Amino acid sequence: MSEPLAPQKGPQPDEDAQGPPSTVASRLARWQDAGGVVVPVITALVAFLIGGLLVLATGHNPFQAYWDIVNGAGLNWLAHPTNTDVANTAAYNFSQTLLQTSSLILTGLAVAFAFRCGMFNIGGNGQYLVGLFVANWIGVSFVNMSRPAHVLIGVVAAMLAGAVWAGIAGFLKATVGAHEVITTIMLNWIAYWIGNYLFQQGGPLQGPENKPLDIPISGNVVDGAKLPVFWGDPALQGLHIGFFVSIGALVVFWLILNRTTLGYEVRAVGYNPDAAAYGGIRVRTNYVRAMAISGAFAGLAGGLDMLGYLYKIGTSDVQVQAIGFLGIAVALLGRNTALGVGLAAFLFGGLLYGTTHGLQSGTIDPSLAGHLTEMIQGLVVLFVGADVLILAVWNARRKLRRRTPTETSPVAPEAAA
Amino acid sequence: MRGITKRFPGVLANDRVDFDLRKGEVHALLGENGAGKSTLMNVLYGLYRHDEGEISLNGRPASFGSAKDAIDRGIGMVHQHFMLIPVMTVAENIVLEVEPTRAGVLLDYDAAVERVRDISTRFGLAVDPTAKVENISVGQQQRVEILKALYRDAEILILDEPTAVLTPQEAGELFEIIRSLQAGGTSIIFISHKLNEVLEIADRITVLRRGKKIDTVPREGATEEGLARMMVGREVLLRVEKKPTEPGDTLLEVRSLNVHDDRGLPAVRDVSFTVRAGEIVGLAGVEGNGQSELIEAITGLRPLESGEVVVGGEAVHHATARRMLDHGVGHIPEDRQRRGLVLEFTIAENIALHDYSSPPDSRWGWLFPRRLIQRAARLIREFDVRGGGPTTSGGALSGGNQQKVVVAREIARDPKVLVAAQPTRGLDVGAIEYLHRRLVEERDEGRAILLISLELDEILSLSDRILVMYEGQIVGEHKPGATEEEIGLEMLGGRRKEASAA
Repeated sequence: MSEPLAPQKGPQPDEDAQGPPSTVASRLARWQDAGGVVVPVITALVAFLIGGLLVLATGHNPFQAYWDIVNGAGLNWLAHPTNTDVANTAAYNFSQTLLQTSSLILTGLAVAFAFRCGMFNIGGNGQYLVGLFVANWIGVSFVNMSRPAHVLIGVVAAMLAGAVWAGIAGFLKATVGAHEVITTIMLNWIAYWIGNYLFQQGGPLQGPENKPLDIPISGNVVDGAKLPVFWGDPALQGLHIGFFVSIGALVVFWLILNRTTLGYEVRAVGYNPDAAAYGGIRVRTNYVRAMAISGAFAGLAGGLDMLGYLYKIGTSDVQVQAIGFLGIAVALLGRNTALGVGLAAFLFGGLLYGTTHGLQSGTIDPSLAGHLTEMIQGLVVLFVGADVLILAVWNARRKLRRRTPTETSPVAPEAAA
Repeated sequence: MRGITKRFPGVLANDRVDFDLRKGEVHALLGENGAGKSTLMNVLYGLYRHDEGEISLNGRPASFGSAKDAIDRGIGMVHQHFMLIPVMTVAENIVLEVEPTRAGVLLDYDAAVERVRDISTRFGLAVDPTAKVENISVGQQQRVEILKALYRDAEILILDEPTAVLTPQEAGELFEIIRSLQAGGTSIIFISHKLNEVLEIADRITVLRRGKKIDTVPREGATEEGLARMMVGREVLLRVEKKPTEPGDTLLEVRSLNVHDDRGLPAVRDVSFTVRAGEIVGLAGVEGNGQSELIEAITGLRPLESGEVVVGGEAVHHATARRMLDHGVGHIPEDRQRRGLVLEFTIAENIALHDYSSPPDSRWGWLFPRRLIQRAARLIREFDVRGGGPTTSGGALSGGNQQKVVVAREIARDPKVLVAAQPTRGLDVGAIEYLHRRLVEERDEGRAILLISLELDEILSLSDRILVMYEGQIVGEHKPGATEEEIGLEMLGGRRKEASAA
């Protein structure tokens, strides 16, 4: 060859239209790959900005509001971190922020793991709830079991419950093609009503001591099933060792995806199920397995929370529970990576605790205070979601203008699975 | 068009390109994929805005903000992929957006049919205005697209790779149409990367390479070799050099295979053939005649209804993709971006797509990324993949280099049988030359190669034996010396019709 074969550089916008199969999840994954760190940071900042404008609209000072949230979340403790005495308000607040963070890490990982396999698991809340139920049942029963065994069995059973709950959705997707968004939402409601049934007046898991008082709350987890608290007072929601389990889960998440053949398969299926099938990967099996692992993360969150600081659960707790839903925002903002989920969980953990405990009625309308987190959560999901929407519209426009050969090829993606 | 420059982020798609079209001429725009042909025409058609340069039409400056502007000024474009609505009739498609109406709002369907019939006879493009688009052939759909432009009074017609979807016969008919339009005074821009077509139909030929105009030459005196050199920038071997084959043992045998398509209808019907070691068997056919389903059945991606696939003398039952790979069937899939590669994966991960689950790539489910990268680095050198290293994502490579990654992965597994489905689709002349040479080399290594292609040229120049597929059946077998006409006729079911008539 007198002259090298010229590599064509970069994208060729008109003549080489790329058309891998696009699900919302895979498109989202690609968007997130492209966005790097900048996009989520901007997303968060814009969400805070709009949140601030809302505060302003109520006639309060947004800077004061955010400063109060920062202090409410205990971040001022970082200025003098040697004082670990939780009698100190800042230290106590910070331990509470970390408590929320550890739950959010796990529910965030649940959503992220399914995303990496091309699925949108909206059922984190239901999976978290069944984790709570099972952990409560085991924690209340088996009174004479040794502590390590009791804790271990409780946590593992909660994980399995979450795995089974999400696995149902994966199984339905793999066998009859039911979309996981629909099935996980339905499973959320099933978990919700099961919870209402279990702990209601006369329900099978209502605490015996609550029956005569007509209180729809479960029994208390026995001391022998409680997770050790390493910072603070167990009676005042101290920070339990589940925090380290959550941090460990971040590492496990990364290792599974990047260092195991299982993770390789998950990513291949998530990016391109047709290519995965062609490579010899069993796509359906992966759907079930990835959903189960995803649910295990959420179930683990439920198990740790129940044995770590909740100890009991009532029908009203079941009804207001939303930590699983917040996991969606955590995963989206964290770009479905281990580090991103960790940071996003910390952000939302701080917001969650800081808005409820930091805001004074002088700073913000008290009826608004608790909802500021929800607003920012909603704005984050909206921005990430809007981006997907814009991409979808853009792609549809291009498809109309120039249908790519891949879309006219005769095999439907599902058939290759 | 003078000095047209169009930039995309990171790409200079057109670099000061001059182009002129005379009344009543056929002007071919020739170039490799990515040379900027379509970009230039999309600028002319108002789909893109040029960054620099000017366009004038009939001596008047013209600048089109949208395709509608261009259409109003008498420019029509037929895209490579048609934009017709399958469930509507020919007439409805043609008059869409400029419908004759009754009382201002109601579609006057009879008038539409009448007008379509009128222009269709005037220009000699026979189509039935009342037929539904989904029921007519691809060649006829193309006529509908051309009629759509003519209905809007196009004086300039841009045809973007019009023969890519046609059989040789249909292409011949298209050329007739082009000549009659030309005789009627229409000017035509004919975009192509096929040298023989351009030499057959064009009055003048403009060659683009990497966004730059290389030259405009009259057809008289132009040769395939000369044009290829302009396109690629170096000498290109257009003919595949190969020794006569000495086939060995039968490595792939397909016995009375029946396969259904996605809708559960028979797509492959009672197909039997063999491929022996050291031979390339070419499977010719028009798209959608069961080739895709046949390939998927052989590679374990689609269940068989009945019949057997025998690899290396051993029948493989209940085949999955995994089992076929383990039996030594390599597969270059027909769509490298949808199936051949995970575009988001790195080259190293893509190369491991079949072997990630066994040593040395992994052990006990634990993956060793460094080993993946080492192997990829070796194969990148060996197969001359350009444009990135082992950790570059597959999607960042050009089409030719993506295909090299696929080929490297398949050949590195040392398969007995290699199924190559449209291995050069969408590639440029240089990459095609490389792939053809490589396939012949692998044949000489003693592999059994099944080549499926929609390009008859490719089948004819590479194959040691040619099978023709039509409506799910093998309707003919030929020696390499067969003519395009013979095979082309069979691809359209010609022989079967003769047989039933007799």
